Amino acid sequence: MERGGKGARKWAVELHDAAHSSSSKDLPPDPLGFSRSMTDPEETVSGKQKKENEASWKQHKAWEAAQAPVKNLLMMGFMMWMAGSTVHLFSIGITFSALWQPVSALQSIGKVFEPFQDANTSLLLPKVAFTALNLAAMGLGLWKLNTLGLLPTHASDWLSNLAPPQSVEFSGGGSSILL
Amino acid sequence: MASPRLRASLCQLFVVVACLSSTCLALYEDQVGVRDWHQQYIGRVKHAVFQTQGTGRKRVVVATEQNAIASLNLRTGDIYWRHVLGETDNIDALEISMGKYVLTLSKGNTVRAWHLPDGALIWETRIQAFQGFNLGLIKLPVDIDGDKVNDLFVYSGSILTAISGADGATLWRVDAAGSKNIFIEKVVLAPEEGKAYGLGFFGIMGVALVEIDLKTGDLSDLKSAELSSMLSTEHLHVTSDYAVALQSDAESLVVALINSHKELIVVETPVSSILTNPGTSLKLLSTNLEGVISLSSDDQTVILKVDPTTGKLSLVERLTGAVAVSDSLSVLDDKYATAIVEFSEEGSAQNVFNLRVKGNDFSDEVQKETVKLPSHRGFIQKAFLNAYVRTDRSHGFRALVVGEDDSLSLLQQGEVVWTREDGLASIVDASPAELPLEKDGVSVAEVEHDLAEWLKGHIMKMKATLFLATPDELAAVQRARLNQADKTKHTRDHNGFRKLLVVLTKAGKISALHTGDGHVVWSLLVPSLRASYGNPRFSPLKIFQWQVPHQHALDENPVVLILAQADPGYDVKGALSWIDVHKGTELQSVKLSYSVTQVVTTPVTDSSEQRLHLLIDNRKRAHLFPATEESLALFLKYKENAYFYEVDKADQKMHGYGLLDLVDPSTGNIKEGYVFESRKLWSIVFPAETESITTVVTRKSDEVTHTQTKVLSNRDILFKYLNKNLVFVATVAPKDKSQVGAVSPEEKTLVVYLVDTVTGRILHRVSHPNMQGPVHAVLSENWVVYHYFNLRQHRYEMSVLEIYDQSRLPDKGVIQLMLGQHNSSVPISSYSPVNLEVKQQSYFFTFTVKTMTVTSTAKGITAKQLLLGTVNDQVLALDKRLFDPRRTLTPTPAEQEEGILPLTDSIPISPQSYLTHSYQVEGLRGLLTIPARLESTSLVFAYGLDLFYTHTAPSKIYDSLTEDFSYALLLVTIVVLFLSIIVTYVLSERRELAEKWK
Repeated sequence: MERGGKGARKWAVELHDAAHSSSSKDLPPDPLGFSRSMTDPEETVSGKQKKENEASWKQHKAWEAAQAPVKNLLMMGFMMWMAGSTVHLFSIGITFSALWQPVSALQSIGKVFEPFQDANTSLLLPKVAFTALNLAAMGLGLWKLNTLGLLPTHASDWLSNLAPPQSVEFSGGGSSILL
Repeated sequence: MASPRLRASLCQLFVVVACLSSTCLALYEDQVGVRDWHQQYIGRVKHAVFQTQGTGRKRVVVATEQNAIASLNLRTGDIYWRHVLGETDNIDALEISMGKYVLTLSKGNTVRAWHLPDGALIWETRIQAFQGFNLGLIKLPVDIDGDKVNDLFVYSGSILTAISGADGATLWRVDAAGSKNIFIEKVVLAPEEGKAYGLGFFGIMGVALVEIDLKTGDLSDLKSAELSSMLSTEHLHVTSDYAVALQSDAESLVVALINSHKELIVVETPVSSILTNPGTSLKLLSTNLEGVISLSSDDQTVILKVDPTTGKLSLVERLTGAVAVSDSLSVLDDKYATAIVEFSEEGSAQNVFNLRVKGNDFSDEVQKETVKLPSHRGFIQKAFLNAYVRTDRSHGFRALVVGEDDSLSLLQQGEVVWTREDGLASIVDASPAELPLEKDGVSVAEVEHDLAEWLKGHIMKMKATLFLATPDELAAVQRARLNQADKTKHTRDHNGFRKLLVVLTKAGKISALHTGDGHVVWSLLVPSLRASYGNPRFSPLKIFQWQVPHQHALDENPVVLILAQADPGYDVKGALSWIDVHKGTELQSVKLSYSVTQVVTTPVTDSSEQRLHLLIDNRKRAHLFPATEESLALFLKYKENAYFYEVDKADQKMHGYGLLDLVDPSTGNIKEGYVFESRKLWSIVFPAETESITTVVTRKSDEVTHTQTKVLSNRDILFKYLNKNLVFVATVAPKDKSQVGAVSPEEKTLVVYLVDTVTGRILHRVSHPNMQGPVHAVLSENWVVYHYFNLRQHRYEMSVLEIYDQSRLPDKGVIQLMLGQHNSSVPISSYSPVNLEVKQQSYFFTFTVKTMTVTSTAKGITAKQLLLGTVNDQVLALDKRLFDPRRTLTPTPAEQEEGILPLTDSIPISPQSYLTHSYQVEGLRGLLTIPARLESTSLVFAYGLDLFYTHTAPSKIYDSLTEDFSYALLLVTIVVLFLSIIVTYVLSERRELAEKWK
């Protein structure tokens, strides 16, 4: 067992098992490779309690998953602060990743909460929290985009390429061209 | 997400990076001649002296009407050296003395000696002179001051001066008017040693002869004779035996004989006895003939022999058609030769001329040749004869001839040895034109050959980049760059660099130059502008782009319109001529019975892309061209909004006119075409007793503006005031602007106005006290930059005005703008109220400016450069960013990001900002900027006596790779990277497999 902890081997068979003698003699010997110590202790708990435990555990995990973007948000905020407010490759990259991460996270929201899907657990609140946090992250990204001046929020963004207007009247002439 | 702002920011970023990385425009030495070319000319030759004796190089020294003197290689016509004198420094006489000095007389009062081999000025001397009299320079066969250099003799009015040939010191001076009361018109050397004869006027009706002692300047032996009428002073033909002159009324020819008794006998012969039809332009052709005189009228020329004892004139030869007679050339002691060049027959492409060289007295013909010259050279107008000794010791003759188009050609043995296109020294107007489109059907073999060549060239280039090339290969690379075959193709290219420059010269010749290397694609001496018998000569004024095919008429050739003014005194006042730019032929011409004072190019084109033009005559009537029903129908729709204006510099007024109805042909005495009557709508009267108009500038009619807004760093928006009918007028006060120091600086003022020419409204007025002209200005988009002199600071200044329209500012939210609810694309009328904001700033400037213009690009997105023709005849390119009224001493980071430079009191000029680099465009008069199809690039053509052409990219070349970009290096890098990827992939696969088997 000790050797298995090193990770070089994935499984091990103890052919000479010391625990073998302690097991009940009525029962046939355990199959090779079966170890009683590896069985989940929870399985031994009674069914109802087990189920309750599982539900609360799943709920707990779901909440953990829902709060995961907070870390991301803090991280992003720090990166954005580092990137400064001028347009260059780094700041654009950071901003666009900040915009893209929440979008991709929201797209895979089903997958994130799939392991915790259960008839008994309510995932609505964690999902809402998850969505809200991601939206906040996206808002941060948009805010950054705006501070970089890349959002069309000013009149200049809509009029800067406006073609010159036509003149109604036309006039020509000047001083006499005669020599 | 590609919002305009993003694009703008990215563009800005690139621009900023580009500006930071290199703010200079300079070229490397090996880039000279890749894009640019420079041609040197001298102008129309009026004096020529040959230097063919001796061991040195054979050369001819010429003086031109453009005040240039030059020494030309007689074998090739190349310039050894050239000097261009000042604008008023007319060269009156030219001589070569002792095989080593070139002597010139300018304005009758300045004599200069130049060193023949290298053109260095040896000495210059000023003498007293009377303006407006016949003057001349004679090199004397004697040495007066004994310094072994033959001396000179100058007559100018009645003042005779002898000048030392060695240092230009005055040896003696005599005023013949003071001492003898005669006005000397011409001096010739006498047969006797040390004597000369001076012939002149005595009183009003008399001719007088004096003998001049060249050693002392004593005048003796005054003889005079009375005449029946006054003599024309223009053409006086004097030899040692007689003098011939025309009477001022051209009635008779007067011969004054100088006989052995030193008496003056006057014989008058009526012209009508010699010429049946004397015409109006009677003149003596050459006044330096031996034994004969030549008299020409409109249609014929006669050679007359003068009998030295009786003064009788006898006809030697009668020549019809265009004739040029050279001066007599002394070949041997007593032998003279004279060349006659006469027009023989007209060919389709070439004209045939007879070159005849006559001996003494025109009795024998020494040489006769026929020479063919291209028909665009026109008639030969001047001939200079030179003799050379053949191997069999006989004399051969060569002639330098000046064509009707001002070109200079050397004729020898019936061949044209070389020709200089010196008409291009006097370009009147220039206009760009597109080349024809490339036709399909390029053969594959050619492409393959090209590919191999291309690869080879690029490999050599790569070697040069990596410093592996040998000097020979480097030279080959440089040659290949200079002689790119596609540079001179006669088809359009993708970047729009290959174009035609259509130039109109003073001689009435139109030529198309290729922008690739400046060679002449075709030339045409416009037939309808040439003088002919009974018709006036036309002086070309302007070129207009008549037809610029670009959309539905692509298969048509572009056409330009030439406007010419007739010589006064004829019924015909002007002429129009239409020239096909691709073929170089005249399509059509019209003689006008009215003087055209202005031409208005309207924005309307007809179905075949011909632009509608209005010709305004001196009665302020507008003549519509093309005079077709279609154009009339188009114009009538447009007429209500068409105006024209006039700047009257004589009266210090501006007038605006609107068009009225079509004049009824029956009542208005109109023979043809469509003529509109006009009505004066407004006048601006500048205070005539104080202010005088110096400069009027409008925007270029073909200017393209990309956008009407300007976005500031804080994302605010300014609307440019883009009124196409804006004109900039500068006036100076007080009126007498000519005399410097006549008025104190406090009294001087410069006032500039911005005037709307539709309504006559003065939109803005700035007064600059203590400033004076001359004013040079450029008006482009919504700004004006002008150049003037500051009398207080004794420096030149430049000012910029930027005009913004406050009334167009949007008062709506972003959402409404998103939905397109704004009034910014509504057509603007000059009659609508405006609320202008004019920002202004001034800077000191170092140079005097001759001419000013601004770059133009295809879409108007690229930043602009101001191009200034400096007094040194160079072209200086300055960024518009330097002339920005929003410059401050300490710009904020946001403003710096926008590209605003810190304010300085003067405009910095770096030596790299000269577009002409080491060249000078001698006598610079005009600058033409042409947009290339590549947005970043503007083509620049500078013309004066010289021609210069180059490219400029005001915001750097951001839309194409530089021409020295190594494609081969890129290709090799890609291939190497690709191979290394494959190799490393294979290696890592193997390694992994080996690991797994361990």
